[in-house]
Amino acid sequence: MTIAAADTLEGLQDICREVFEDPSLQLTLETTAEDVPNWDSFTHLNIVAAVEQRFGIRFRTSEIESLKNVGDFVEMIDAKRKN
Amino acid sequence: MSELDWLPQHPALGQAITQARSLSPGEQLRAAIALAGFRRDTLSTLRIDKLAQGARDDGNVPAGFQFRRLAVMASSTVEHLIPSIRVAALDRRLILDVQVAPYGQFRQVVLEDASFLETSRPDFALFILDEAAALAPVPVGATRGEVDAAIDAEIEALSILWHRTRERFGAVVLQQTVLNTRLPLFGSYETSVPGAPSALIDRFNQRLAEAAAASGVLLVDVDRQAAWSGRAAWSDPVYWHQAKQAIGPFVAPFYGDLVARVIAASCGLSRKCLVLDLDNTLWGGVVGDDGIDGLVLGQGSAAGEAYSAFQNFAVSLAARGIVLAVCSKNDEEVVEAVFARHPEMRLKRDSVAALVANWDDKPSNLRRIAEMLDLGLESFVFVDDNAAERAIVRRELPGVAVPELPDDVARYPFVIARAGYFEASTFTAEDQSRVRQYTENVRRSESFARATDMDAFLQSLEMTMEAGAPRREDIARVTQLINKTNQFNLTTRRYKEPEVERLVQDPNSVILRFRLTDRFGDNGLIAVIIAQPHGVAPGTLLIDTWLMSCRVLGRGVEAACLNVLVAAARGVEATTLLGEYKPSGRNAMVHEHYRRLGFEPGDEQPGGASLWRLDLSDFMERDTFIRIRQ
Repeated sequence: MTIAAADTLEGLQDICREVFEDPSLQLTLETTAEDVPNWDSFTHLNIVAAVEQRFGIRFRTSEIESLKNVGDFVEMIDAKRKN
Repeated sequence: MSELDWLPQHPALGQAITQARSLSPGEQLRAAIALAGFRRDTLSTLRIDKLAQGARDDGNVPAGFQFRRLAVMASSTVEHLIPSIRVAALDRRLILDVQVAPYGQFRQVVLEDASFLETSRPDFALFILDEAAALAPVPVGATRGEVDAAIDAEIEALSILWHRTRERFGAVVLQQTVLNTRLPLFGSYETSVPGAPSALIDRFNQRLAEAAAASGVLLVDVDRQAAWSGRAAWSDPVYWHQAKQAIGPFVAPFYGDLVARVIAASCGLSRKCLVLDLDNTLWGGVVGDDGIDGLVLGQGSAAGEAYSAFQNFAVSLAARGIVLAVCSKNDEEVVEAVFARHPEMRLKRDSVAALVANWDDKPSNLRRIAEMLDLGLESFVFVDDNAAERAIVRRELPGVAVPELPDDVARYPFVIARAGYFEASTFTAEDQSRVRQYTENVRRSESFARATDMDAFLQSLEMTMEAGAPRREDIARVTQLINKTNQFNLTTRRYKEPEVERLVQDPNSVILRFRLTDRFGDNGLIAVIIAQPHGVAPGTLLIDTWLMSCRVLGRGVEAACLNVLVAAARGVEATTLLGEYKPSGRNAMVHEHYRRLGFEPGDEQPGGASLWRLDLSDFMERDTFIRIRQ
């Protein structure tokens, strides 16, 4: 993992810890929504909104649906942070 | 612009929420209420809501709070907005129970299946329509008459829902205006075409407002608010396509506040009184130092006009029934003289129901104003340009609303208006005569308990004072301070730059300049002391000059300065300090300065002057909350 990706993963993990109120939640690039209790579509959109707000980026409509795991999420955030 | 920019920033809000989760339920609710008063983004707001919801299981309603039920009937997704409504309500002393009708069923739950409203038993019922649900398609070429007929038919149908809801369920009805995000097809020509998409929604909102007013329905005017902050930020097509969110997630905290403030107004929880600081809030400059003629106010400068505009804003609030008061660190006569004599004062003395000007701390004075007006502190909004004063009032009097202010008075009216402190649900003849009514009610009560825990506050300021002889680069600023300070100035002796330089060079004299920083930032150069050998008595230093900026009054700076001065005096082999007070007509506030610092009074001097003596042999360092750096 690049330094940038590790940094993004940590930022995403911080957000998810807040969303799920679980300070010990550990995300890896392989984590999927099924691995985390209560990660439903409503919560997913809350996470997307928080990522957009706190990272200062915007996703495309199609991107939000195509996210398969945390690795996809990190990659997409990273690509946008570089721009 | 969707931020709650009138609320103060919390240094670590996320952490504070996490920590609050380990408290007892009662404490969790109190913590949620406190945290709701900080600037919060969407996620933090969601978390504060969770905290409060978890703590609410025992059904407790804190003292001073009201409990209300709200039913929301919407044509689009609103679940993501509900936490923001509840949290904003907490900040407006309301515990809200919110029930949302099934998606898109806003008609059915009123007209057909009443079970939703029967179980939710709402005190308030909010109807939220998006553009598509508000109005069936109208051809772009429709005439004005056809458009109005179509709109009025929809509003007629809506008003049946209003009346049913009120009559059958006894709820106060709230109707949201339609957020107009339709893109203009014709550009600026849009409103000249009655059937144009954006013009249709404008017209709908206009007719809706008229019908609501006629039916006693309270409007939640999101479209007007969105126009101020930018409709594009309010409605995000991506979230509309994802989840049919007509109002996007980022504006949720502000949106929630719009709803909460209308409900709060209807429950009598709106603020009633605007308390204003004077120096650098209602005018530019410090009247005690700059004099009435030196104030920046009115025509002649752009800054002066900005202060006038803010005064006009306060005056217009008074005309609406908001009680005005003044709370200032100043001598009362000086303040009264500005009201009486300054030609550019837009705010007149008789519009101010209570005026308190003295040197006590502001929390004590706000309590005093509350007594004078017989109003609760929770009806106050306190406006002060000074961040430290705002912090102490927030800390000591959490019931008082203290807006965070931009660094330019030109933007004060916008922030205060946006904060919605004075949201109304009625406007009566009584409102218009309120100021007079309160002015007559003012009771001046002399006995007054001061319960402020100043020590804890001073400690929390984390003050550091840098003290020493002026460096080359300080000389100009030191000279400026010597020549402009009038109030906290023991002798009002003026020196020019070369004289200051000479004093710095003189090995037998002491000249000190002090800078103060606190957790709000750098206060800059705040004090100057000059002491010179006293001709007659060997080992005696005469404090020729002691002056200080009034912005740091009441923080123990004087005692910290004395500690530094004594050390410096011992450094030039002095055994006694002689303090001098010379009245100038403007420095009455320091005539007891040396007594307060423990000097022995000496002989009275002609003209009300006095001399004071401090023996250095048994001098004990004074206690302060200020760290000294030499």
